[in-house]
Order: sequence, then structure tokens, then C-alpha cells
Amino acid sequence: MSATKSAAKRYAMTVDTRQCVGCKACVLACKAENAVPDGFCRQWIVEEVRGEFPKLSAEIRSERCNHCTDAPCVKNCPTGASHVNEGGVVLVTHHKCSGCKACIAACPYDARFVHPEGYVDKCTFCLHRVQKGLSPACVGVCPTGTLTFGDASDPESAVSTMLRERRSKVNHPESGAGPNVHFLV
Amino acid sequence: MTTSRREFIQIGGAGLGAAALGSGLTTKWWGLDPDVVHDPGTDGDQVIPTFCELCFWKCGVLAHVKDGKVTKLVGNPEHPLSRGKLCPRGTGGTGLLYDPDRLKKPLLRKSTKRGGQEFEEVSWEKALDFTAEKLLKIKKTCGPDKVALFSHGFGGSFFKHLLFAYGSANVTAPSYGQCRGPREVGFNLTYGASLGSPEVLDIAHSRCLTLIGSHLGENMHNTQVQDFAQMIAKGGQLVVVDPRFSTAAGKARYWLPIKPGTDMALLLAWIHVILNEGLYDRDYVEKNATGLEELRAHVADKTPEWAFTETTIPASTIVETARFIAGARPASLIHPGRHVTWYGDDVQRSRAIAILNALLGSWGRRGGIFVPTQMSVPKYPVPEYSEKAKAAQDHPDGVIYPFAEEVLSHGVCDATVPGRILTKGCPIKGWIVYGSNLLQALPQRKNVEEAIQKLDLLVTIDVLPAEIVGYADVVLPEATYLERWDDVAPVPWSEPFLAIRQQVVPPMYESKPGWWIAKELAKRLDLGQYFPWESGEQLVTERLKAGGYDVEKLKAKGVVKGTPVPVRTDEGLELSFATPSKKIELYSKRMADAGLPPLPPYTRHEQPADGQFRLLFGRTPTHTFGRTTNNRFLSEVYSENEVWLNAKAAKEQGLASGEVVTLVNQDGVRSQPVKLKVTQRIRPDCVFVVHGYGHTNPGLKFAKGRGMDDQTLVTRIAVDPVAGTTGMSVNFVTIEKMTGEKSAGAAPAAKAEA
Repeated sequence: MSATKSAAKRYAMTVDTRQCVGCKACVLACKAENAVPDGFCRQWIVEEVRGEFPKLSAEIRSERCNHCTDAPCVKNCPTGASHVNEGGVVLVTHHKCSGCKACIAACPYDARFVHPEGYVDKCTFCLHRVQKGLSPACVGVCPTGTLTFGDASDPESAVSTMLRERRSKVNHPESGAGPNVHFLV
Repeated sequence: MTTSRREFIQIGGAGLGAAALGSGLTTKWWGLDPDVVHDPGTDGDQVIPTFCELCFWKCGVLAHVKDGKVTKLVGNPEHPLSRGKLCPRGTGGTGLLYDPDRLKKPLLRKSTKRGGQEFEEVSWEKALDFTAEKLLKIKKTCGPDKVALFSHGFGGSFFKHLLFAYGSANVTAPSYGQCRGPREVGFNLTYGASLGSPEVLDIAHSRCLTLIGSHLGENMHNTQVQDFAQMIAKGGQLVVVDPRFSTAAGKARYWLPIKPGTDMALLLAWIHVILNEGLYDRDYVEKNATGLEELRAHVADKTPEWAFTETTIPASTIVETARFIAGARPASLIHPGRHVTWYGDDVQRSRAIAILNALLGSWGRRGGIFVPTQMSVPKYPVPEYSEKAKAAQDHPDGVIYPFAEEVLSHGVCDATVPGRILTKGCPIKGWIVYGSNLLQALPQRKNVEEAIQKLDLLVTIDVLPAEIVGYADVVLPEATYLERWDDVAPVPWSEPFLAIRQQVVPPMYESKPGWWIAKELAKRLDLGQYFPWESGEQLVTERLKAGGYDVEKLKAKGVVKGTPVPVRTDEGLELSFATPSKKIELYSKRMADAGLPPLPPYTRHEQPADGQFRLLFGRTPTHTFGRTTNNRFLSEVYSENEVWLNAKAAKEQGLASGEVVTLVNQDGVRSQPVKLKVTQRIRPDCVFVVHGYGHTNPGLKFAKGRGMDDQTLVTRIAVDPVAGTTGMSVNFVTIEKMTGEKSAGAAPAAKAEA
């Protein structure tokens, strides 16, 4: 039902792998903002190094839930807890979640975990902040300007500009889920 | 609201039957409930600006306080050093504030020997009386200059003031002699100014940035990393000289995996190429520098071919990178580094870097090194220091390091042991240690421990039970930066600004702010007149008022900015140099007069034998060495160090990633058990660890036993003849695999905590 109420908006994020130093400020700012419990993180850093010494190359990616357009977690949720909210943001309504983990199994990105209080938790694109006109906590803190968040359906938005002007890729395109976190290379 | 068929199916298919529906009845029926955007509720009822102390960069933060608890810290957008952003450590201030292992009450040592770790909790009254009595006794019997202060951190200012009032000039910090000292001396000798902290670098506008052992991105000084990323975004290029494929190396146009210890050869060869091919900034050098001809003669034989044999960097690469670096001038910056105490010729290496920057014309230029500006705040009126502080203790062997600008910590350490120093009179008898874990910060731990045992008094003022705290006679628990007012001190920067540190929440437990501790000690030392303020807040408020600042605005915003002045030539700055010649001194007459090489010579340093590896250490973005390794919040993403070992070397040694090993140095000193990280990202002749692990104080319940302490293995040092600073990357280790039984003590994995 929510998918229709804000069909115009399509929130998305770009992650500039040239800028990112993998410092994890995003991971920790997210933990603080969202009071993520000890032992869990909603975001993570992937450092991929290829080659053999001394011929090496590296890519650093700040990763999180992809808020997929055709989200397997939503499709596989038996209770309707996992749903599509404003701007295509995939959320979990805590009290509707039974903790059955069907969504965890379905997620191509391993973006979900069971919160100690029993529901499944993950990145929310900080929709509670976005609705107040703020940026997600990770975007706000990032000292390297790696992360850009915005409405991809608005061609004037910063995130659309990034996607237009830079080469980008997504993780696991083969999943067919339509991920909305794009990595600029 | 209409309900779709799908939602009805979901309700029916919930699969948990009556029990689930039963629990659901306490709220609403699942399928009919609206979707919720949960608000985690971490926004504060109050947002109080202050500045960070997770490292020493002093970024502005906004502290969200809800129901008296700090819920989160975010960057202050008004503050020039944070610009609304924070590094990972800055977000983790709550992990320090709410660390359950904090020092909670004053302690007096019970064990007969220092380090016995037995303490009794006492009242502040008793702890302060005890400290003051001992200090008065030392003053009476040996003189006030026999007390030294080791200080690291912004709050140390109150104790510096106390020590000067008491009559000692022995104020020291390992952040000089064991870190950035040689750089400051090298630049001072060349330009008549040092670089300070935060470093005055205009990286954001650099077209080419050359890093030599500097691992920006892993070393997370907020503004500098912001500028670094901006530079990359604008197409600026990187040349990275590092035996390790650092984060920065991964972004570099050129990565030069140099043989450790040979950086000087590369620098001299670069100078050779740039002079030989006429690539330097002729006008700038002619106008602003002296000693070009001497320099030219000095590097005549420092050819790229010669440098190849030292550095293992191909001559063609040296030529190509020299041209590349010079091609971007004057917005081409050779980063001066920060932790530069490596091989004992560190001032000379810093001089070579300073000289190279001069040839590129980068000092005072856009994209180079700017000349900072600073706001001023009147001093709080206090009496002149009555007893003239005696000359600082320098170093044993009667050697005076003419260019050392600060008292050397290891020198104070040596001057504490009778017989180790040749100067006459009483050795140092008392140490006041503020926020500096000397046992992990100073090399040659045995010497440090010996000095500690000779003291009449060791006082520590700290937030956490670092190793040094375990050796103290008196432990004074300080409030964290979020619980106190500190004095106000404008930071030299590209734009004039003034920021305040104000109390965000009241001190927890019985901890007290530094200003209070110093004032209470002063009272007991009959020095109360030096601390006339009623509180830290009053001190700051009065000083700000006297300077004509809007105090209420500062409290609300955390920062005020002044009128910008030119800090680079493109903004209208006129270059001037506070050297004897009033010019950039490529050739240093001052050094020649002191009997030191006036141009940087090449010294061939000892290399590890087969099967040995040079021990290198550095940082990880989430930690400020041992200061934060007990921070559980930050440790969620990095909780123990590991030894980086080249993959080929590992194969030869029969070692694999994840195995628990111990490092044994050239003097037979063994490290704690530590995990191995086998990687392509490092040369085969060295190993790398993140500094600040391997804590041993049982009070650090989280950090104790995690990873290894590299400083234990620094039993050998190379003292710099110019500044007396200690080169520490001169220790070689072999790697021993731990047997199952021995490795049992190794730290658990990070996630095992969950």
C-alpha cells in the first residue's frame, strides 16, 4: 500500500569508491543515530584488494541495505512487517515482525539481522531523518563526501547528477532485485 | 484505508497461529496496522556544542543530550575543523563517557612496589593532601625543577600552569620526541616556522600530493581527510611512498613500495632530477631561498640510478615521479608527515622534505602550505611566575640538542635515574602524568620502569586505568571532555576562529575536571593566587568577555569566526621567513655552526637479516592508539590488532592468516600473542601492526589481552643528533608460531562479543 502513496519519489544512494577511505565513520554514526545494539551494525565496509605485490589495486565500498525496487525481503515476509515505505525505502515494522528470518534468507546482500528485541533490523536510509529534511546519519557524518543520498526520480537531485555523470555499478545485479545503492567507480 | 487481498493473505499466512495472533491482540491486528517509520529517538532535548578529545585535532561536535544522557555526537557545521563531519572516533565519545572501566574515585597505592596494582579508594581531600605534601617536600629538598609533567591533551594546560607556578619548566610530551618533533625542527630550520597540529596544509587545493609513510585515511585527522577527499574529487593526484599498500596507496597514481629506511635516498634523487632538469620554481627560489648552489652540489651524485640501489625503486620511476610531482607545482605538496621518528636521521629527512617543498614553491601557495592566522584572547590576570623555572632537563650524556624546541620525554625519563645522566645534582624526583600512557608511548620500557621505581612521587591524572596508572602512587580521576570546561586556546588555522569546550553533562562518579584538580593542588602548594577563578566556566567567560567576544553566542554555537586574512600568496599574502637570513634556508648555516650537516646527508641504515622483519607501526581509522582501544563502541568495528605479513614471506615461514604468533625482537623480547594477517599489501622485509594494543592493566577490562603492544619490542632506538628525538623503526623481529596451548590466551574475535 505504501508503494503507491509516494510513487513519485525513489530514494537512492551513491557511494563514491574513489573517495571512500573505509574509515567506518558511517558505520558508527549509524549505530549512534539508530541506537543499534552492541554487537550489531547496519552498515559495513568492504575492502577488495586485487593482484599480487607490488601490482595491486583496491576498491573500498561502504555497504548497507540496497532498498531494492523489487525487494525479495518484502516478497518473502509472511507478516507484512517488511514493507516498502515512502520513496521506496524498505522498512520493517517492529511489532509486525515475528523474527522468522525468511527475509534474512531472501536478502541477496546479507543486510539484515535479528535485533535482540526479536524483530529483524537493518538500514532504514534514516527515513525518520529524511522525512524531517535531514540526510541519513551516514551521509551526514562522512568526512570524505563519499555518500550522496536523494531522490533518483528527480533529475535535478545530487544523486541523479552523480548517476548521470559518473560510471557506476551495483552489487549483485544478477539478483534482479533492483538495488538502489550505486557504487561510483 | 482499503485492505488489499495480499494483506489478508499475509494475516492468514502468518504461520504462527493463535499464539502470534494472541500476542498481536495487545496492539492491533497485524495486517491492518499501518506501516511504521520508527524513530530511534536519539535526538537530544538539548544540543550542546563543544569540541572533541578522542584525538588532538579539536573538531567541533554537537552533543545531543536526552534525559541527562549523551545519546550521540555529530559534527558542528559551524566549526572550521569539522565542517559538520566527524571521523569515526569523534562519533565514539559516548564510548569513553560511559566506559564502565573509568577511574571513579581517587586512589592511593597500597602495594609496596610501584606497579603492584593494589590501591585503596580515598577521598579527594586525602589524595590531594598526599600529593601536595610530596611535592612540597621535593621542592624543599631538591628544588622545584625536579618535578616533571608529561602531558597529552587539551586539558593539560591547567597542569602546565601549575608546574610553571611551582617553579619547574620540565613540561614534556611523547607527542614531540616520539612523534612529530623532528618535522617541526626540520621545517623550523628551513622556513623559520613549524607546522603545528592541525597541520597548516592546503591539501584541498593540491594538484599533486606526495605521501611518504603518511597514511591519510588510516590516520583520520578529520579536516585533513576531508581535504584529501576533496582533492581526489577534483582530480588531484597522489604519489604514495610506503612499504605498505596503504589506503592512500590504493588511490594513488604512483605507489612506490620503498625499502624501509631508505626514504632519504629517494628524496635526494628527486631533488637531483628536479634541479638537473630545471623543473623547480626558479622565480620563487631565487626570490625566497638561499643555498641553491650548495644544494645542487650536494645532490650532484644522488642520481636515480644510485637511489635505485638503495630504495629498490627503479630509476625510471624516480625520474617519472619527479617530473610528475614538479609538473603540478606550486600546488604540489610533499606531505611533511606527523609521526616521523623512524630512523634517527629524522630531522634531516624532514629537512629534505622541506627543501623539496621549497623547490616546488609550495610554502605559502595555494595547494601547498599556508601561513596560519589565529584569534587572540586576553590572558586571565594572574601573578608572574615567582620562581624562575630552571632550564629544562634535556637528555643524558651531557649532550645538548640545540634545535630541540621542547623538553624530551625520554630525556626526563633518563634524568630520573641517578647515574644515567651526567649533569650534576639531584635527579628528577616527581612525575605528574596527564593523559599520557608512558609505558606504551616511550621506547625502551625497561628504562621507563626503572625510572618509575626511582621516583619519590608519581601522580597520574587520567580517565581510564592505562598501564601508567597502575604504577602511580596517587591516581586522580579526571572527568572526560564531555563533562568539563577547559581553558580557551585559539587554534592557528586558515581562517581565524575560536571554539570553546564546555560541560555537556555533569562529571560521573567522583571524577573532577582538570581545572578543579589543578586549583585544589595549587591551594595546597601555596600557589592559590595562580588559580583565582572560581570555575572553568568563569575562567573562560571572563577571558572571552575581556576579548570582547559574545559569550552567549559562543556557548550556543560553540565557535565564532573572525575576519579572514590572506594565508596564501593568491589571497595576497606577502611571504616572509623568520630564519636568520630571512629566507628559506636550503643550506642551513645554523646547522653548520652547530657542527651538524647543513644539507641532508644519506645514511645507510641497518637492514634486517634473512628471516627478520623490520617492525613498522601505524594507525587504524577508528582508534587513537591506546587511548581508545578500551572504547567498546569504537571496538565494534576494530577490536584487536594483527600483524601484517607479506604473503610470499608467510609461505616461506609456513604461516597462514589467522594463526596466532609471537614476535621476537633482536634483543629476545617477545610480544604478546597476536593474530597474523597474511596479505599482498606489504613488502616482504617488514611487518606492520596498529599501535596501542596489548594492554596489560587489569582495569581495562575490555582491552586487556587484545592484540600486541609494539612498544614493548622497541628496545632499540636511534637518537636524532639534531633534536634528540627517538627513531623507533629500527627494531627487527622474527615470527614464531604459537602452539595450541600458548595461543589459548589470544584475544577473542571481535564478533565473539556479540
